[in-house]
Amino acid sequence: MKSSSHATLEIINGTSKAVFTCSGEWTLNSLANVAMILESYQAVLPIVWNISNITELDSAGVALWNLYSRKFKKEGFTSKIIGSKEEHLRLYRLLYPHSQENTPPPQQQGGLHTLGRKTHDYVQGIGYFLDFLGEVFIVLLYSLRRPSIIRYRSISSHIVTAGFDALPIIAVSSFLIGVVVAFQSVVQLQKFGADILIVDMIGISLTRELAPLITAIVIAGRSGSAFTAQIGAMKMTQEIDAMKTMGFHPYLFLVWPRVIALMIILPLLIFFADIIGIFGGMVIANTQSHLSYTEFINRLQGALPIKHFIIGIVKGPFFAVLIALSGTYRGFQVSSNTESIGRYTTKSVVNAIFLVIACDALFSVLLTELKL
Amino acid sequence: MNPIVIEARNIVTSFGDTCIHDNVSCTIRENEIYALLGGSGSGKSTLLREMIMLETPASGSIHIFGENIAKLSLVEAQKLRRKWGVLFQSGALYSSLTVGENIALLYKEYTNLPQNLIHELVKLKIDLVGLPSHAIHLYPSELSGGMVKRAALARALALDPKLLFLDEPTSGLDPLSSRQFDALIRQLRDLLGLTIVLVTHDLDTIHHIVDRFVLLGEKKVIAQGTLNEVLAVNHPIVDYFFQKETHGIQG
Repeated sequence: MKSSSHATLEIINGTSKAVFTCSGEWTLNSLANVAMILESYQAVLPIVWNISNITELDSAGVALWNLYSRKFKKEGFTSKIIGSKEEHLRLYRLLYPHSQENTPPPQQQGGLHTLGRKTHDYVQGIGYFLDFLGEVFIVLLYSLRRPSIIRYRSISSHIVTAGFDALPIIAVSSFLIGVVVAFQSVVQLQKFGADILIVDMIGISLTRELAPLITAIVIAGRSGSAFTAQIGAMKMTQEIDAMKTMGFHPYLFLVWPRVIALMIILPLLIFFADIIGIFGGMVIANTQSHLSYTEFINRLQGALPIKHFIIGIVKGPFFAVLIALSGTYRGFQVSSNTESIGRYTTKSVVNAIFLVIACDALFSVLLTELKL
Repeated sequence: MNPIVIEARNIVTSFGDTCIHDNVSCTIRENEIYALLGGSGSGKSTLLREMIMLETPASGSIHIFGENIAKLSLVEAQKLRRKWGVLFQSGALYSSLTVGENIALLYKEYTNLPQNLIHELVKLKIDLVGLPSHAIHLYPSELSGGMVKRAALARALALDPKLLFLDEPTSGLDPLSSRQFDALIRQLRDLLGLTIVLVTHDLDTIHHIVDRFVLLGEKKVIAQGTLNEVLAVNHPIVDYFFQKETHGIQG
C-alpha cells in the first residue's frame, strides 16, 4: 500500500457554515484518523465538504461522507459536498443508488424462552435417537434375512483401524493403570503386613472393572470421535444422499459394520488390557514388595475366580454398542456447516463416555444383587 | 495499451507424476476481464491457485503488480494479498459468522476504523452486490446458492482491491442469475476500474463479459487473445470447446 499522503481534514468554522476541507488519499487504509475526528465532532453549523483537493477515493471515503452527513442531518444541520469530480460522482452513484435502510438484528429471546427451547430440543433429541435406534434395528433384521448383504469387508477394515491400531495406546494405558493400582495398594497393605493380598487386589479390580472401563474410554475417544467425523464429512459432501438415491441404506453400510467391528474387538482388547495391566501390577509388586513373578502367578491362580474375568469381558460388547451407536448417531446429525462437525464430535465422545460409565454402574448394581 | 498486472512466464506444474502445465505463459493487463479456460483437468484452476499463492509451480515465474510472487518476504506477501480479492467456487464463507461478520472481519483485522463506519461499509458492500439488506444477519447455511456467491463477492470486494480473482463465478447459478452476476462483474470493472481474472466454463460469460482469455489444453496454451482471435485458431480443442460445428459461439 502506498502511504504517500494520508487523508487530512481541516475544519474552518465560518459565520454561517463550517467548511471541511478534505485532502490527501481518502482510501480505506488512510482514513482511520479522519474517522476518529469525525466520530467525536459535534456539529454546530451547517457543513460543507470541500473535496476538490483529494487525490484518491474509494468506497470507504464515500461511505464516510455519507455516514457522517446523515448523522449531521439527523442533528439538524445540512451537509453538502462541493468540488467533486466526475469520477467521484460515478462512484457515489454506484455505491448509493438509493437510500440505505437499517435492518435491525433478530430479536434476542428471554431466559424463559431459551429454557423452554432447550428443554424442547432435548426431548426432541431423545425422540430422534429412538428413531435412529429403531431404524438401525429394522435394518439389522432385514440384513439378517439376507446375510449376503452384510458388509464383511467393511467390518474387517474397521477391526483393523479401531482394534489392531489401538493396541499400543491400550497397552500403555492399561500398564499404567496396573502400576498405579499396585503402587497405591502396596503402601496400604504393607501396614498390615498383608503384602501378598496385592495379587487379589490387582487381579480382581483390573479384570472386573478397570480394564474394561479404560479400554472403553480409550476406544470412545479414539474410534467414537472418528466415526462421527467420518460420517459427518460424508454427510457434508452429500455422499450419504448419494448412497440413499442409489438404494444403499446408510445404516447398513455405515452403522452396522462399525457396531459389529467394535463388538468383536472390544472383548479382545479388554482381554489384552487385563494381561498388560496385571503385568504392570506384577512389576510393581516385584520391585516394591519383593514378590517374585512365580509367586505372583501362583497366588493369582487361586485368588482370581474366573467369574471376575468373564464379567469384565462380557461388558465389552455392551460398551461397544454404546460407543458405536453414539458415534454414528452424532455423525448423521452433522448439518451442512463445518462448525457442526466439531460440535457433534465433542458430543459423541462425551455421550459415549457417560453411557459407558452409566452402563458400568448398572452392571455393578445388577451383579451385586445377583450375588456374582 | 494498459500496463501489465499479471505476467505468468513458462509455468511448469506437476503433481507427483502427472504433469499439469508444461510451459504455460499468459499476460493480463489492467482493467480487463481475463478468463482462464479449458476442459476439466486442464489445470486452469491450478493456474489461478498459483497466482493467488495457494500453490507453487515447479518452475517458471509469476509477476503480479511487477513483483515476483515466489520471491516475496512474508510481510511483502501479506501486503500483496490485501491488493486482491478472491471469490472461491463454493463461496468459502466462514460458516460460524454471519454474512455481515464475514465482511467486517477484514476491516476489523486490517483497519482502525470506528465501529459504525465499518457497519456502514459492510452495508454498502452488501448493497453493492445486490443482496437484500437483511442478509447481513444471516449465516451462510441460511443462504441460497446465488446469495452465497454474492456474499462471497461482497467479502472479496471488502478491501477495495484493484484485482479480483473469481473461480467459476456462475457455476451452480440458474441462467438468469448467471447473466445478472455477469452484469454485476462488468459494472464493477467499469466503475471501480478493477482487473478481473476468472475461471469459467460458461460460454455466455465468455461471450458477454470476457475481454481476452487463454485456452489451456494438453498441458499447454492452445490459444490466447480475444474471442475472434481464438476462434480463428485451427485446433481440435478450440473447435470442441466452442462447439463450432453445432450451436456454439460464432465469431
